[in-house]
Amino acid sequence: MIPVAFDYERATSTDHALALLAEHGDDAKLLAGGHSLLPLMKYRLAAPAMVVDVGRLTDLSYVREDGDVLAIGALTRHRDVETSDLVRSQVGLLAAATSKVGDPQVRHRGTLGGALAHGDPASDLPATLIALRGTLVVQGPSGTREVAADRFFTGFLETDLGDDEMLIEVRIPRAPDARWSFQKFNRRAQDWAIVGAAVMVDGEICGVGLVNMDSRPVRAAGVEAAITSGATAVDAAATAADGLEPPTDLNAGVEYRCHLARVLTRRGLEESGR
Amino acid sequence: MEVSMTINGEVVSDDVEPRTLLVHFIRENAGLTGTNVGCDSSSCGACTIHLDGEAVKSCTMLAVQVDGQDLTTIEGLADGDTLHPVQQAFHECHALQCGYCTPGMVMAAVSLLDEVPDPSEAEVREGLEGNLCRCTGYHNIVAAVLQAAGVVAIGGAE
Repeated sequence: MIPVAFDYERATSTDHALALLAEHGDDAKLLAGGHSLLPLMKYRLAAPAMVVDVGRLTDLSYVREDGDVLAIGALTRHRDVETSDLVRSQVGLLAAATSKVGDPQVRHRGTLGGALAHGDPASDLPATLIALRGTLVVQGPSGTREVAADRFFTGFLETDLGDDEMLIEVRIPRAPDARWSFQKFNRRAQDWAIVGAAVMVDGEICGVGLVNMDSRPVRAAGVEAAITSGATAVDAAATAADGLEPPTDLNAGVEYRCHLARVLTRRGLEESGR
Repeated sequence: MEVSMTINGEVVSDDVEPRTLLVHFIRENAGLTGTNVGCDSSSCGACTIHLDGEAVKSCTMLAVQVDGQDLTTIEGLADGDTLHPVQQAFHECHALQCGYCTPGMVMAAVSLLDEVPDPSEAEVREGLEGNLCRCTGYHNIVAAVLQAAGVVAIGGAE
């Protein structure tokens, strides 16, 4: 499978990447690790006229503490997130979810920012970021802005990112004492989740994000409210699929996905100490 | 576009379209056909090579992305006539049937042992989750990687 022909430019800095985006508008796509974009281009589901390679902007690959949050550069590779002592100790759920992305080869190339900017509801990381109440730092021609994960994912493979903007950092509240669980249901190793549940409980705070349960990554707000008001894991998880419209495919229909969401959410809550 | 990269210690340069996949560059421009194309969709791992020592799937990379970088393919693993310990272990454990997945399996296993030098059986199985053997010959592949882990460890201690 060969992509449609395109022009290629390697960005030498964030400003250079933004200038190329400004010049080419919606004809351009940013290429980071390429493990979301290149498959789409090979299937010819995407055919950008200009590919701007940001894969060598190593200054956007980092994990550091910044006050109450952990700041992770958008071009930090999954492998580096998964094995980071800071990520493991401060936001363990993210390390656990990242270790379930693809396979080792994919995690050597794919980046956190790339996976989030792709906005795939079947991807493990957007739902995880929602559960962790993360924010995304976006840079554009007029400076930077910070967007909450809930507002970033706007539709199927659609995000709040403008054509002339680039995701540069992910910020997650540090929660070293939180308990968490990442539940991924699939039939084979390395497959996408048929349904997944990212669960984090930190004292009074409960975060639940669901994978592949709607046209975009979603928060199980009803479950979170129920736990906060003292409900049991069983009762809270019973509401996990309420109001959601999961997809139907060869693996599962709507009813089965809703069942999985309830079961996985309950398991996740229980594993998180509720 | 003119690209240049080091493959198995030798510089390979050519003029390619930006859309040229790395695996095609390796096979057709560099003439190294040990790296196979299997699923062509980053699932099967037959195209696994090393980029700066780490296993990656060359069907899901562009040749232009690795301009100036250092690659190793299955042809670059042995030291002259002496097989790499993982290759030797695959040979001794009969860790192949049709052999199509073997180059990718070996490259993934070498990368795995680099990151986890003394893996458990479960860690080997999880570490090779990105490589499919359609002969389903996983048993001997896992045995070979575990054997190689011992050899690599002994070799490393000398």
